[in-house]
Amino acid sequence: MPLKGLAKDSALAAFVALILAIPLVGLNTVERDGRIVVETRFSWVAIAVVAVFVGRLLLGLVPRRQKQATDKRPLAALLDKHARALGWCSLAGLVIWPFLPFSSTYLVDLASNILTYILLGWGLNIVVGLAGLLNLGYAGFYAVGAYTFGIAAQSFGLGFWEALPLAGLLAAAVGILLGFPVLRLRGDYLAIVTLGFGEIIRIILINWSSVTGGPNGINDIPRPTFFGLPLTARAAGGGETFAQFFGLSYSPQHRIVFLYFVVLGLALATNVITLRLRRLPIGRAWEALREDEIACRALGINPTSVKLSAFAIGALFAGFAGAFFATRQNFISPESFGFQESATVLAIVVLGGMGSQLGIVLAAVVLVTLPEFGRDFAQFRMLLFGAAMVAIMVWRPRGLLSLRAPSIRLAPSSERR
Amino acid sequence: MPGAPLLGVEELTMRFGGLLAVDQLSFTAYAREITAIIGPNGAGKTTVFNCLTGFYRPSAGRLALHRQEGVLPLERMEGYRIARDGGVARTFQNIRLFAGMTVLENLIVAQHQPLMRASLYTFGGLLGLSGYRAAERAAVEKARYWLDRIALSDSADREAGTLPYGAQRRLEIARAMCTDPLLLCLDEPAAGLNPRESADLNQLLLAIRAQHGVGILLIEHDMNVVMGISDHIVVLDYGKKIADGAPAEIRSDPAVIKAYLGEPET
Repeated sequence: MPLKGLAKDSALAAFVALILAIPLVGLNTVERDGRIVVETRFSWVAIAVVAVFVGRLLLGLVPRRQKQATDKRPLAALLDKHARALGWCSLAGLVIWPFLPFSSTYLVDLASNILTYILLGWGLNIVVGLAGLLNLGYAGFYAVGAYTFGIAAQSFGLGFWEALPLAGLLAAAVGILLGFPVLRLRGDYLAIVTLGFGEIIRIILINWSSVTGGPNGINDIPRPTFFGLPLTARAAGGGETFAQFFGLSYSPQHRIVFLYFVVLGLALATNVITLRLRRLPIGRAWEALREDEIACRALGINPTSVKLSAFAIGALFAGFAGAFFATRQNFISPESFGFQESATVLAIVVLGGMGSQLGIVLAAVVLVTLPEFGRDFAQFRMLLFGAAMVAIMVWRPRGLLSLRAPSIRLAPSSERR
Repeated sequence: MPGAPLLGVEELTMRFGGLLAVDQLSFTAYAREITAIIGPNGAGKTTVFNCLTGFYRPSAGRLALHRQEGVLPLERMEGYRIARDGGVARTFQNIRLFAGMTVLENLIVAQHQPLMRASLYTFGGLLGLSGYRAAERAAVEKARYWLDRIALSDSADREAGTLPYGAQRRLEIARAMCTDPLLLCLDEPAAGLNPRESADLNQLLLAIRAQHGVGILLIEHDMNVVMGISDHIVVLDYGKKIADGAPAEIRSDPAVIKAYLGEPET
């Protein structure tokens, strides 16, 4: 770009920065003598505008490299090559995570939170990443799982382990129910209908007060037990507690660590099942459906059953995640299952690289910890979050790890090289 | 030697609003024969294919597929059933491979039905039962056979979308053959091929007919392919059949010459 055009371009960027910076950083409300007054910080605005101008100018001066072909991705290729070893290492790391010297209640709880999102991400990955069906109402299935457990515990006195399969199956059934009306839709249209579906579930939860408790939600959801041993200070029915049985002194941290291992187990089971499904005809049919639905039909594959199975299995995992969420929080309300939740999980799948299991892990770690780090930045937290997402999409438009591993090879790779 | 009738098309009519795309078309395709459908652009050839493979529901007429067990009325069956239960496989004018999947995976996906049964509809496969593993090995062997036939064994683990154009055409035919069809419908398989590739295609199609006992229905503009390998040619113009016969007869048919070249001035 000639220098004149570049300067004009930079000036334009600086102008946009000016408009954005005045309300964002230029005005600051402070409390003085019990009243809120607005303070102006125009020096900050000037810094932002100059920084954008200089930055844009420098970006334009650096010679632009030719965009490389997508299969030349050294990092992704390296990760792909060592995926197995990396998987085992991270598994070992996750198992000893709560026992590391620097580990704290906060870190273990954060890890549980990340694992919940990984579980959700892997479930949605089947629908969006493998079968190519854009679903914006995934939190609906998550809610079905959570409320199944909540209601089962409240009304029928079921514990976590009895309710877990029930939550998964009910969510899967709802997934199939949603699947039927949207079978003919694809792409944007499917996204809109699933978005509506997620909202319908949320609104039902708010308004069906007699069953769901309305906006107040459901309280006192039981914690999971360790083979029947409760992880509380004192057992309710005069029985033994986990601490008594193992001769430990009671600590509330046991429960946090135990919950962490529960979600770790659920996530691992999800991963094993997904990896197996990918190598089965159903998994290949999902991917074939994503690639070309018409060709699928011409090969005698019934698109209806393929789509419904993807919806059902994706929803099944969301149901498990929902039941876990309910037992971890001890309390659920419709607020936890809004569109924000669906969008976060979808962002994890897209940022991770559609269809990549490892990529989803990375994306979940980034998307869950980033807001945590951002706490120091107070009101700029979401700004930082958005900027990071934009940055990932600029550098890796197809996701962090977008290399697809074939589900089958003609000969074992050791023989071929 | 002509085989038994395989596909009977009787008075097939397809109407799109006011447009009559196919008008009372009748012809018969025989087993172990190559039947070509030719005609100027817009004559309704691909529409016939789309009716035959269930992508359109014909406005009127019958499509009878003669199988050993009986006659299947294709005009009333859903698309995927025509392929699965009827044994009618097709390729597309604009290639429709699973571009993001590997060459081998394309051929394995085509064997969905037997593999699905072997995996006990996923449940057995999920548990790792040996029956499924054996079935998968057999599926890979069949894929390997077809990869050898179309000379793509070295590219088996490549993404199908990265193959050269001619190879993609061959792969699409191999993928259709992996479904074990009775009738193979090819929509312009030689489009975009160079003369050498289209000669190879002729050899491949003749070999498929001879060795696999498949009836082939072919839409093609390349007259070297059509005249070289067809046993039987049906000519369409404006949705109507204007000629039907052996290549030599078609070549000298005045109605065909008129449709292609226009009427000579007298």
